[in-house]
Amino acid sequence: MGFKLVVLWTDGVIFAVLAAVLWYAWRVQRSPNLRATWYKVLRDAPALCAAVVFIVFSVITVLDSVHFRRALPQAPGTPGTRTFYSIRTDSLLDVALIRLIRSRESTYSEPLATHAFIKQTMDVGGEVRRDYPRLQFGGAHLKDPAAEWAGDVLRRMLGGLLGGLLAAGIVTVMVAKARARGQGLAASLAEIARNRTEVPLRAALLTVTALCVVAGPAIALMAHYHVFGTDSTGNDVFYQALKSIRTAFVIGTLSTVATLPLAVVLGIMAGYFKGWIDELIQYLYTVLSSIPNVLLIAACVLMVQVAMDQHPEYFETGTERADVRLALLCVILGITGWASLARLLRGETLKLRELEYVQAANAFGVSAWRVMARHIFPNVVHLVLITTVLDFSALVLYEAVLSYVGVGVDPSMNSFGGMINLARNEMSGDPIVWWSFAAAFGFMVTLVLAANLLADGVRDAFDPRSRVFRPRLVLPKPTAKKT
Amino acid sequence: MLNYLLRRLAYGVLILIGVNLLTFALFFTVNTPDDMARLNIGGKRVTQEQIDKWKAERGYDKPLYWAAKETGTAKLTRTVLWERSVSLFALDFGRSDSARSLDISHEVKTRMGVSLQLAVPLFVLQLIVSIGFALLLVFFRHSRIDFWGVVVCVLMLSISSLFYIIVGQFFFSRTLRLVPISGYAGGLDAVKFLILPVFLSLLSRLGTEARLYRAMFLEEIGRDYVRTARAKGLAEHVVLFRHVLRNALIPIITSAGSYLPYVFLGSLVFESFFGIPGLGAFVIEAISGQDFAIVRSMVFLGSLLYVLSYILIDVAYTWVDPRVRLA
Repeated sequence: MGFKLVVLWTDGVIFAVLAAVLWYAWRVQRSPNLRATWYKVLRDAPALCAAVVFIVFSVITVLDSVHFRRALPQAPGTPGTRTFYSIRTDSLLDVALIRLIRSRESTYSEPLATHAFIKQTMDVGGEVRRDYPRLQFGGAHLKDPAAEWAGDVLRRMLGGLLGGLLAAGIVTVMVAKARARGQGLAASLAEIARNRTEVPLRAALLTVTALCVVAGPAIALMAHYHVFGTDSTGNDVFYQALKSIRTAFVIGTLSTVATLPLAVVLGIMAGYFKGWIDELIQYLYTVLSSIPNVLLIAACVLMVQVAMDQHPEYFETGTERADVRLALLCVILGITGWASLARLLRGETLKLRELEYVQAANAFGVSAWRVMARHIFPNVVHLVLITTVLDFSALVLYEAVLSYVGVGVDPSMNSFGGMINLARNEMSGDPIVWWSFAAAFGFMVTLVLAANLLADGVRDAFDPRSRVFRPRLVLPKPTAKKT
Repeated sequence: MLNYLLRRLAYGVLILIGVNLLTFALFFTVNTPDDMARLNIGGKRVTQEQIDKWKAERGYDKPLYWAAKETGTAKLTRTVLWERSVSLFALDFGRSDSARSLDISHEVKTRMGVSLQLAVPLFVLQLIVSIGFALLLVFFRHSRIDFWGVVVCVLMLSISSLFYIIVGQFFFSRTLRLVPISGYAGGLDAVKFLILPVFLSLLSRLGTEARLYRAMFLEEIGRDYVRTARAKGLAEHVVLFRHVLRNALIPIITSAGSYLPYVFLGSLVFESFFGIPGLGAFVIEAISGQDFAIVRSMVFLGSLLYVLSYILIDVAYTWVDPRVRLA
């Protein structure tokens, strides 16, 4: 069966960002200066652990960004050789989780349940009864759920746990082997265990273990149960949470990427040229930042929505439509959010332009644009980097609020904001449906926390002015000897 | 000082003109009055007469930017842009676009009072609690309390405010039945409805703010005057309150001042979650009902408050730091 590769707008940008990150990594590899600074980030234990979690989430995002449409089987008797493609757009992640998509129940069910959450009128042997119906997929392999359920779940969980530990162990041995260089494997492992390594590998490997321990049972159970239950339309909540990761990532990265052109060009221009150009640019960003953020975004999104509703012919599938909306939301967040970075870059450029090396470049007759591109921009890149990572978590949190206000991502697209929005009613209903909310909470907090910790590490390493006010548990040693 | 304030006000007017032009272009160019009429009248078959009537009722029947038919200055003044702008600057917000055709000015007046009831106590408590918590961490710096305090802050700021609201409502209103889940009543009864949103909003911002203030205090604590104060033999709490707190007030005012517009505009999320009929809930209703007249007015009001609060912040600087002169 054939398929057609579909590159959605956000896919394209995600791969562009990925390429940019790889290119940057290559640059870091070649520059001793940058390498030393990034090494500083890696030496920070919370940042390294956060990076591990972050990488896992990024892999899920990238997997979820390779989209394609399957070819439909040729209907017999139809003339012509034109192939038609399914209107469903799948990603690689969907292929991996195909069981979760197929195992759609009719309505709510609790995590790991074998029976539905709500009583239904059933016809049992000619007699009409109200009871909890068996789920179509969750625990369908059990003959007698009441007796077998606990044992089966426990067995699968233990199996998953063992698998997870095994995977973590393999990773640990591989890491130890890679850094062994000359000494034996056991000595290398011992060093990691005693935290005697240059980079806090013990913390990173503990994070890997924790991830494996959580993921193992989840993977083991996911084939036969709904790990996080199902929502009102019977879709697997675990699947929704996994899909939401990409949305959060897209919002977090794309929006800052969208701010960069405006913020960098205008910020540096304002600081370098001064005079009326500076006044004009300052006026522009003061106007933008004086409008309450949510209102400005809402206004833009409403406009875009109306325009999209008027032109349904632009989009081939619903996925494309939702994707364009997401991309436009990011662009809007970018256009409305460049003020703070521009202000920061303007201030820094004002300082840099008075330095000798810029004066020298001017004296040699280097053109203004070239000075800005070659001499000023590389010296403010660290500010851009810090802002990008710091904004990530804020944007992920912001998406939830925007979705609640009704100007977030398309309702058909999985997102944490959408999940919370639905959970709001579920949590106030009776009996309460808590699992959707819990799943969104767990995934979102993990992602945002990892982003925050990573951002702190990056900021401490890259900002020469930021003083490290990180609390340390190690108390300063008493200085009794000196007295 | 007066000179400075006047100059700032003039610049503020300039900014408001910019905001007005921007929102106007945003709302009317992408979405012509004809489209708005169709949207608001609803239904599948909308005749041109209905549209014209709707536009005439709301004054949208003139040209948008430039009236070529008129003569002299009327070319500029007999347009939707001019009329809307002038009425906005006179703080006359007109009527909403929807079928209910609310008087926006009246709504703003009544709802702002409600928003203030929620936001003023919140603003004051927020400052006290965040500064207090940060000072506590600074007092116990480099100890376990400091370490775990910051860990808790980072955890708290990684949780979306929506989670605080949902869990808070579930726990305090549903399980413990201490306060009503949502709603509002005038007079003293309001306390019952407002206490939970104030508490949860406090909690949701505590992590961010306490961490920020802690860094500000630690910045100050390394300064020479602090060492001098200690050398004089002052107690640690005196050093913190008399010297460090006072000197850190400038950055604190800057960061707290940025919340000032929202004191008047109210919190979008908290008001609509708790069913408090303030300005924030008003905006959300307008956004979901696609009532552009309300959104436009609120954008203008928001930027007006922003401009004013920044002038207020500048004045506040002169109060807390006698070295600052506005010129």
